[in-house]
Amino acid sequence: MAHVVVRDLVKTYRVSERDPGLIGAVRGLLSRRYREVRALDGVSFELARGELLGLIGPNGAGKSTTIKILSGILRPTAGVVTVGDIVPYAERTRHVARLGVVFGQRTQLWWDLPVLDGFELLREIYRVDRARFTRNLDELTAVLRIEGILHQPVRLLSLGQRMRAEIAAAMLHEPELLFLDEPSIGLDAPSKLALRDVVKRLNRERGVTVLLTTHDMQDIEALAERVIVIGHGRVLLDSPFLALRDTVLRERRLVIDFAEAAPALELEGVTAVARDGASLVLTFDPARTSAASLIARVSAEHSVLDLRVERPAIEEVISHFYDLHGAVEA
Amino acid sequence: MLFLKYVVASLRSQAQYPGSAALLMLGNFLGTGVEIVALLALFHRFGDVRGWRLGEVALFYGLVNVQFALAELLSRGFDVLGTELIRTGSFDRLLLRPRSLLLQLCAYEVRLSRLGRMTQAALVLWLCIDSAAVRWSAANVLFFLWAVAGGVALFVGLLVLQGTLAIFTVESLELMNVLTYGGVQAAQFPLSIYHGGLRRFLTFVVPLGLITYYPALTLLGKRDPLGAPEWIGLASPACGFLFLGLALLVWRWGVGRYVSTGS
Amino acid sequence: MSAAAPGSVPGAVAPRLAFGERLRPFRAAFESRFSSMLQYRSAALAGFATQCWWGGIKVMILAAFFRGGDAAAPLSLADAVTYIWLTQALFALLPWLADSEVALNVRTGAIVYDRLRPVDAYALLFARGLGWLVARTLPRAALLVSVAALGLPLLGAQRWALGAPHGAAGGVCFAVSLGLAALLSTAVLMLSSAAVIALGTDRGVVALVPSIVLVFSGNLLPLSLFPDSLAALLLLQPFAGLLDIPLRLYTGQVSGAPAVAVLGLQLAWLVLLVALGRRAVARALERLEVHGG
Repeated sequence: MAHVVVRDLVKTYRVSERDPGLIGAVRGLLSRRYREVRALDGVSFELARGELLGLIGPNGAGKSTTIKILSGILRPTAGVVTVGDIVPYAERTRHVARLGVVFGQRTQLWWDLPVLDGFELLREIYRVDRARFTRNLDELTAVLRIEGILHQPVRLLSLGQRMRAEIAAAMLHEPELLFLDEPSIGLDAPSKLALRDVVKRLNRERGVTVLLTTHDMQDIEALAERVIVIGHGRVLLDSPFLALRDTVLRERRLVIDFAEAAPALELEGVTAVARDGASLVLTFDPARTSAASLIARVSAEHSVLDLRVERPAIEEVISHFYDLHGAVEA
Repeated sequence: MLFLKYVVASLRSQAQYPGSAALLMLGNFLGTGVEIVALLALFHRFGDVRGWRLGEVALFYGLVNVQFALAELLSRGFDVLGTELIRTGSFDRLLLRPRSLLLQLCAYEVRLSRLGRMTQAALVLWLCIDSAAVRWSAANVLFFLWAVAGGVALFVGLLVLQGTLAIFTVESLELMNVLTYGGVQAAQFPLSIYHGGLRRFLTFVVPLGLITYYPALTLLGKRDPLGAPEWIGLASPACGFLFLGLALLVWRWGVGRYVSTGS
Repeated sequence: MSAAAPGSVPGAVAPRLAFGERLRPFRAAFESRFSSMLQYRSAALAGFATQCWWGGIKVMILAAFFRGGDAAAPLSLADAVTYIWLTQALFALLPWLADSEVALNVRTGAIVYDRLRPVDAYALLFARGLGWLVARTLPRAALLVSVAALGLPLLGAQRWALGAPHGAAGGVCFAVSLGLAALLSTAVLMLSSAAVIALGTDRGVVALVPSIVLVFSGNLLPLSLFPDSLAALLLLQPFAGLLDIPLRLYTGQVSGAPAVAVLGLQLAWLVLLVALGRRAVARALERLEVHGG
């Protein structure tokens, strides 16, 4: 049985509008205009227990709306949503007791109090008994390496430290479902790596179902087995990550460094040729032209210093995908 | 109990900035205390107001300020609902916890600065005690506490309503200030000095009169110049609790709407 | 919003500008502040409701005290009522709050930009502050005066209404005094801004300034209703010019030759506080550079 079920989810809002400038401001004093926004327009997907799903899409696509509905703090206009055996917005307290949420850049801990004091308050809030709490805390402290910051006030922590403490805070009550909303935003490179490592471990070792929303494609690459792309309130793509590239942007690139200036080439089966000093970048479709044959042809006639075959970066893939679907920022 | 833990956490947070906390308390004291200056100046010049002496008016003044100061201590969460909570998304965080929203909001931030208002209320009550306008028997002291409780309930109710309003319009809640701060302003003097329309408003619509005027009359042992029966003073603090109950119903409805429409 | 004259570089010799051109940054500052204040329509309406209530309560309380008779007071009840309504109308003109923009800039560190612009920092802050105060006051004052001066009589409550000024001379003196009051208010605001900049926070100012301003400007209670022994002192102190002096001229409590004298008093305090303010702001901004961003 699936852990999370979402079917034909629809959500509409009313937003007020005002003209800019001084005239608009005065007019705004007298009357207001409204506009209907369709934030979600029939979203459907399912998550199995222990799955790690990446949810991506341009800003305004409906990602946070989906998360809010799954959290139970927003009621959909239409559609079905269940987590386990509960409808989130109908049984808020029961649902939320099994849920952990981490918002990037925002902390749920108490700003002026030491991290541990915040954890203690959360223990009280989630009604975790002392023994379970201590065990959990010890494990999480080890995995997240936050031993040293437990007694520091949250406001003195660096962003990387705060995010680790934040994840611990979200996991203290052993939730079955974990939402991570832009967790690596603003983090430096080592912190990002540490974060990904930790999330992967938590997912594997504890079997927590994880839903990750992010703009950072490296996060997706490192963590997500499956990716859902949302645009204009709809699911544009729902596929295992490995298949993503091949579905969206199948091309490869052959980068050749020549001994002298790059020659002018005319080759069959190459869709684009770019010159960069002594190098050439040949773009081709691996389904129609094999890399090996290209390499053979080029090296037969020219003196090649070095070469490599590249796949487009994941950002390019996604960007290309957004373009294909006109799914730019709403 | 979770509420107590929240309170302790809040106090400890504020204790991290002792200078700031002291300054805020001083500011609250001065801000509310300037009223005393006006009070003293007016009595100095005119001697009495419609038959009420300073010592008697001091009871009304002190009572309503104690009530409001205590209510403010308990309802910071509702006060900043629009500005601090909804706008930053922290309100969502409160909804993500498997605990009553009400409890989280009441315990949100127990601001020590409100003790400034308490202090000036205490000073004014001392004026009352000094004037011997009230016989402070055990029964009267208990009754005073009962009156305070009723008043706190009423003011918390008003602040809960203000919080509900904040869910819908993030822009301006000054309107509610008319009822809270303005209400305190009005209730500082015995209602009998006011015009009939206002008196009725403060008795039946927002029953401030019920939790301040009539209980104070009972304590002073005076008969109501407006002719209300004596038992009203004894029972009226209960209206504060009734009002709170109604306010909580409106609040429930408001949260339901928030969950339906989003921020 | 850039206040730098087009094409200029900080530190370079400023090109000679026409007077109108020179005023541009200040006018822009005034307008932008003004326009942003108008956005908050419900705030304006709610603020109006608050002032109405406050005015109403105060009027009723005063009327109850006056029941004993006018004789005990240096001004009549009718004048006191007018006074109260005008204090409510002009409430937002008082410098009882720290300038919100300055406080914000100090919090974010953006205050440093005020030091870097090739325009007189004090003058720019002054223009912005004046814009802020005037914009906050106009809508509420207009609404309140309409209700108190016109609406109340229509409802049959002529006794409680805002009365007309004391003759044409009174009206003119009031207008002049009000203009001076607005400038004086901005001057006081500049001093509090200097304190905010120097202290790095608006906490101290917010704790201490409101009570002082509200009491000594006459907002809490007409200054002439304070004990007679304090009358002279209260009139001579700088905050009297923020509200009490204009209102005394309006109600005719002061007229004729003494009217000119109090106007002169207002002006004197204005000049003094501007001078003090310029020094204070300059020092505060200077110190900013030393401590860094």
